[in-house]
Amino acid sequence: MSDPNPLAGTPRRTRDQVADLHFMDARYKLLDLAAFLDRLEKASGPEDHRVRGLRAALPLLLQSGDDRVAQILHLWSDPSVTPIEKADTKAASGVWPGLK
Amino acid sequence: MRYIEPHGHMVSRTTDDYQAMALAGCAAICEPAFWAGFDRKTADGFYDYFCQLTQHEPKRAAKYGLPHYCWLCINPKESEDMKLADDVLALIPEFMKAKTVLGIGEIGLNKNTRNEMLILEKHVELAVKHDQLILVHTPHLEDKRKGTRLIMDVLKAAGKVKPERVIIDHVEEHTIGEVLDQGFWAGITLYPESKATPVRAVDMLENFASQRVWLNSACDWGHSDPLAVPKAMQEMRRRGHSAAAIDSLVYGNPVRFLSQSPNFKDPQALR
Repeated sequence: MSDPNPLAGTPRRTRDQVADLHFMDARYKLLDLAAFLDRLEKASGPEDHRVRGLRAALPLLLQSGDDRVAQILHLWSDPSVTPIEKADTKAASGVWPGLK
Repeated sequence: MRYIEPHGHMVSRTTDDYQAMALAGCAAICEPAFWAGFDRKTADGFYDYFCQLTQHEPKRAAKYGLPHYCWLCINPKESEDMKLADDVLALIPEFMKAKTVLGIGEIGLNKNTRNEMLILEKHVELAVKHDQLILVHTPHLEDKRKGTRLIMDVLKAAGKVKPERVIIDHVEEHTIGEVLDQGFWAGITLYPESKATPVRAVDMLENFASQRVWLNSACDWGHSDPLAVPKAMQEMRRRGHSAAAIDSLVYGNPVRFLSQSPNFKDPQALR
């Protein structure tokens, strides 16, 4: 990237500093995700394609690297490259329905 | 601290929101034309909407000391009806004469259909013909990556579009790099659920921060937050970023892009 980064002058943070700022936020979100999966266990019917996509993304959280968000968004994306003839809905579901 | 709200659908918000934004440091608001949550049936409906954007809303914003600008188009969600879209496109040149119109937007794709593509191409032609800036809406969720790439293909195929005069909005972690690499501006939209949160947006700014990125709330009738930009500024302060760096991102960058339109006036120069 050739553009200068306006935030480049800020000293690099330590992991402790990042945890101090964001750990509690990440903690409650992880517990919410666990509660969501527990709720699904108690429900009946086949697995929804969105939940299938969510489960497929979970292993990416445990990989090393600093681009987990992008990897998950790519995983959930429609991989086709040409326009479709007609849409049957205006809405998107969050996960490409064809994801296995 | 001051900031520009470069993308807010204020026709859907209350005057309390104008007041809250002014109190939070907002110096100007820009409002792209968008989908009302239901499909309008006639071009007359759009005529009234464009009157609202160019005449009524600037007066409402002025009561809180806020300059109000707008962008004109038919949203991709309503582009499946080609006859309606053509009729609305024919209205736009008349409204471009208004002193607060910044360009054509938010155009783009929703479900990446052939008709949406055709109407997108017509909007781009209109913008080129009238030398207008372009503000692009990229599709939601699983449709975003494909739609963003199709949109950039249309913009490049048009031949006369200058990337530095186009902002591609609603980028996320998987699209921001491609958009910036191709020379376009990138908009990060701060939504509570479906786009980027303020925390993720600041991560992107730290990774990709560029002089060609802006932040916006895209506040509308749905789940959205008109104070999302100042909340992202607060997150930047929490991380130790300087006031000057924050100002360059949330005020300087939008002013530089928008000043490419002769209708936009730097709010600082108006004081």
